[in-house]
Amino acid sequence: MMFTLSSEQTDLGGVLHGFLGAGRTDLASLGVDEVSDPVDLVVVFEELGHHAVAGPWVESLAVVPALRAEVGPGPGAGAGVGVRAETGAGAGAETGAGPGVGAGAGAGAGAGAGAGEASGTWSVAFPPLLPHAVEADHYLLVEGDTLREATPTTELPSIDPARRLHELSAGQVLATDVPAARAFDLGVLTTSAQLLGLGRAMLEMTTEHAKARAQFGKPIGQFQAVKHHLANVLIGLEMARPLVFGAAVTLSSRDVSAAKVATSDAAWQAARTALQVHGAIGYTAEHDLGRFLLQTRALRTAWGSPSMHRARVLEAL
Amino acid sequence: MDLSLDAGTLSFQAEVRAWLASHVRPLSSMDTAGGFEEHRSWERLLASERLSVVSWPAEFGGREASLLQWLVFEEEYHASGAPGRVSQNGIFLLAPTLFAHGTDEQRARILPSMARADVVWAQAWSEPEAGSDLASLRSTAVRSDGGWLLRGQKTWSSRAAFADRAFGLFRTGPGERHRGLTYLLFDLRAPGVTVRPITQLDGEPGFAEIFLDDVFVPDHDVVGEVGDGWRVAMSTAGNERGLTLRSPGRFTAAASRLVELYRKNPDPALRDRVVDAWIGAQAYRLHTFGALAQPLSGPAASVTKVFWSELDVALHETAMDLLGEVAPGWRDGWLFSLSGPIYAGTNEIQRNVIAERLLGLPR
Repeated sequence: MMFTLSSEQTDLGGVLHGFLGAGRTDLASLGVDEVSDPVDLVVVFEELGHHAVAGPWVESLAVVPALRAEVGPGPGAGAGVGVRAETGAGAGAETGAGPGVGAGAGAGAGAGAGAGEASGTWSVAFPPLLPHAVEADHYLLVEGDTLREATPTTELPSIDPARRLHELSAGQVLATDVPAARAFDLGVLTTSAQLLGLGRAMLEMTTEHAKARAQFGKPIGQFQAVKHHLANVLIGLEMARPLVFGAAVTLSSRDVSAAKVATSDAAWQAARTALQVHGAIGYTAEHDLGRFLLQTRALRTAWGSPSMHRARVLEAL
Repeated sequence: MDLSLDAGTLSFQAEVRAWLASHVRPLSSMDTAGGFEEHRSWERLLASERLSVVSWPAEFGGREASLLQWLVFEEEYHASGAPGRVSQNGIFLLAPTLFAHGTDEQRARILPSMARADVVWAQAWSEPEAGSDLASLRSTAVRSDGGWLLRGQKTWSSRAAFADRAFGLFRTGPGERHRGLTYLLFDLRAPGVTVRPITQLDGEPGFAEIFLDDVFVPDHDVVGEVGDGWRVAMSTAGNERGLTLRSPGRFTAAASRLVELYRKNPDPALRDRVVDAWIGAQAYRLHTFGALAQPLSGPAASVTKVFWSELDVALHETAMDLLGEVAPGWRDGWLFSLSGPIYAGTNEIQRNVIAERLLGLPR
């Protein structure tokens, strides 16, 4: 029993925090695309959430590598898909734009995926639980245990404008008997970690706001109503966190779903509280909060709704 | 990260599980005269196997079990449906204070009899005008030949109706609020002590008022330095709020019972609450495993206190909603859960602590 992060894992989070805080999103330069241990992935995704980084990272860094792990070695990096993080310079945190998708992804994607040489970001859908794919350079489709190439068709609006979604059209079969359940659970796990990071970020920005903003002649953080709201947010996040790491250790569907339920609630509570405590400024596009709030709301139901995950927990008990 | 149990812990778990399976039997309420003695006998039975205080040193009746083994013991204990611990105030509140601040003489004299429940301890913190604001307490201890004379009134003293001795804070010197307080132990049957049991919502005297009229306390029953009582008491207050008073096993066992109850009474409208109670108990369990590697600070214990007390209410409220008015086996736990957000420092006080000391919001 040693239920705590190693110093290397703590360092990984710290390095990513500094990196993302500096506005950089070229994750491959840090070797993040080679992370595959679930606990390490949680560390990475908590930081991606902490900075509200948009893009198909759950898919590219956690889910697609797991799907491709048993397809057979390819000449590309990692497990044969050659997932390479290539976002455009302006993508990201500050602008709220989606990932800067490299040009020319469409035509070459199919062949590239088959050969395992394509670079760029990857996305995947698991209908019916995850019917649409987040925009990326290349797409895959999982039906049962069958993995197919896919091409994007209709673009669908997400409630989070930084997330662009597509319907997919199925292409040729790449593999049968892929570890679809494990790959899906890795998607749920890393999304939970993102929600945890999003919640932390909103708690931090709201705490700073409550210290700085004065009304009635004192900082609003001195009022007990505000203190208690923020204390509740901290409790929710602090107690959701061990569920995420516990799920990373066991990777059981039950534990992964429990983590998703708890982080969805804790992060959304953080978002509502953040908006309420910020007041009108939080409801403006000028303030950063909206970006975090909208992503939180989108991720709350992505990779399975809270209701679906509660059903999965109960089924497993 | 690793959640596996080592071989030693697994064999300890198996031993505890087997012993409990063959010894646990239902007892009357500990808050009746007869039930109190039944619970005392149960504690003695536990002690005879050195299972009443597993984490203590062997010389005081323990097994020097690790914290992890203690958590495993607690999981097994609650899962088996074993009785509540009548010695709880002593074991979880006074003993950690004695380990940290007591003398060798005090530990040798007090701990073995506590482990065997020959002496059952009550707590005597609150006063009529000092509840959440404990530092406003007014009961005094005045210097006397070879000791101190206690005067004043304590209230909401858990187990005091039937317990043998009590521990609490008394004003011994000049200074206001946190200053000039001393941590003292006294005999509930000493001359000058009047105990008035107070009947709780469940109809039984789970706590009492204690009136003190020149009650003599010898010098060897002062814990820590005279005048240093606040620090002595608070240094182990985290034990009540966080890790030790309410171990996760209590909630994981209750959550499992709730899931079983739901299976027999599957009301789909209550499904989410049942699942959330199970998830909450699991969260507290894992959080506590994390605290084994990095012990909780005092303010961090406020986080868990709010969490487990609200989890307990939500869990039991869900059971009541599933069962309706006839709720055999759940009523006592439900009533007790309602007191959780109040005792050990109200959850409002805990939220202030969290906001000011963990988030750094201004006082």
